[in-house]
Amino acid sequence: MSNTTIVPFGPQHPVLPEPIHLDLELDDERVVQALPSIGYVHRGLELLAERHDFIEMANVAERICGICSFIHGQGYCQGVEQLMGVEVPPRAVYLRTVWGEISRIQSHLLWLGLSADALGYESLFQHSWRIREMLVDIIEETTGGRVIFGVCKVGGVRKDVDDAVLKAVKGRMREIQTSFNEIASVFREDPTVKKRTVGVGVLTAEDAHALGAVGPVLRGSGVARDTRKLGYAAFGELDWEPVVEQDGDCYARCIVRVREIDQSFDIIAQCLERMPDGEVDVSVKGKRPKGEAMFRLEQPRGEVCYYISADGKKNLARFRVRTPTFANIAPLVHMLKGCELADVPVIVLTIDPCVSCNER
Amino acid sequence: MSFLKKSPWVLHYAATSCNGCDIELLACLTPLYDVERFGIVNTGNPKHADIFLVTGSVNEESRKVVENLYAQMPDPKVVVAIGACALSGGIFKDAYNVYGGIDKVIPVDVYVPGCAARPEAIIDGVVQALDILEQRGKARKRQRKMVAA
Repeated sequence: MSNTTIVPFGPQHPVLPEPIHLDLELDDERVVQALPSIGYVHRGLELLAERHDFIEMANVAERICGICSFIHGQGYCQGVEQLMGVEVPPRAVYLRTVWGEISRIQSHLLWLGLSADALGYESLFQHSWRIREMLVDIIEETTGGRVIFGVCKVGGVRKDVDDAVLKAVKGRMREIQTSFNEIASVFREDPTVKKRTVGVGVLTAEDAHALGAVGPVLRGSGVARDTRKLGYAAFGELDWEPVVEQDGDCYARCIVRVREIDQSFDIIAQCLERMPDGEVDVSVKGKRPKGEAMFRLEQPRGEVCYYISADGKKNLARFRVRTPTFANIAPLVHMLKGCELADVPVIVLTIDPCVSCNER
Repeated sequence: MSFLKKSPWVLHYAATSCNGCDIELLACLTPLYDVERFGIVNTGNPKHADIFLVTGSVNEESRKVVENLYAQMPDPKVVVAIGACALSGGIFKDAYNVYGGIDKVIPVDVYVPGCAARPEAIIDGVVQALDILEQRGKARKRQRKMVAA
């Protein structure tokens, strides 16, 4: 007879902003097995594609998740544009890239804060979110929304940003980067952070590859794979390299995100430098999407796949999303095997679980 | 409301929220908005909570969790529904796994609109909830006195 006990983790848990449930089978304080169960946030969003027309659907796609909202909207719009053969003006492409990267920094800062909270480092949590608010201000000034931007539409973007505003944004980005560097050194060097994260929840490169990990989890294990390298939006024209860390533990995943924030600041600066002039949208009146498209984008949490199928009607025939958190749950269950019960919240957070993306 | 007699603790649960309202809710706790200056603390334990903040609409899975959390909270308690989804189902109203607003499952006292609800609106909703909480506390005391007499 086994001496294991089962401890439920979630769906409502202090470190989790969102509901996910894990049954932890424990031998003393050590996790033998973790069984995830999901479905608390399932809404049936994909079927809404059959009820809303393809232009309205961009708004629904943006609400797959409130943290990576812009990138979901961008992914959907790019797919439909590809099916309709619409060429988006270069200024719109660059604006999309800038907003996408701002939302990546905002998401990573949010995650750094939440993970600091899971470590019990409350003041670091508050500082991360203080810096995040400065970015949210820029988002609000340029798009009008704080978390749901609502600027991406089929055929381009809804709003142009004045060059004067862009120049101001460039200056403020530098200020934000300076304040970020102050707290980044805490994540990099602080002994308490290191004590909780170094060597915890190790995922080797082979396991990460075999279990299909994506995003910072994969890059933290030493695999240099970033979907932005496919060159969608303006990424093909910019100068950057994927961030990779070798150790595969919680600390490595944390450092990947810290370094990615720095990289995103650099990408935004490059975009603002090269920002082309001209229109920001093209009319798609009278055009209807037809055919099938499958493509990938890099979200803050990793690679997201979209499948769109349309038969020339107002509504899409099928809209399917494979989100990064779903891909990262199998590696998470693997990482949890053999860890201490007290480390479970830290490990769960390092995959940056976004449950509403995951379940849609 | 001149001052508070009590430091209300809040419990947050994301029923089927898209995260938008959740991060705005967390933003309320952080330096820019800082609701802790009203004595409001976010707790993970329903047994310590006075105000229940729910974001997102309910589906079959989350219905049980919302009911459980509400039942575990001690009286007097107030429920604040945050965001368009929590009010009516919002953009997901037509989705097959969405029941509609939170008030289909538990009684709601304050409704905070918006998609996503802005932190200012959430704070306003919580401040209104504080008034209701105080009245309920008084009513309860009166009731106890009557029972004792």
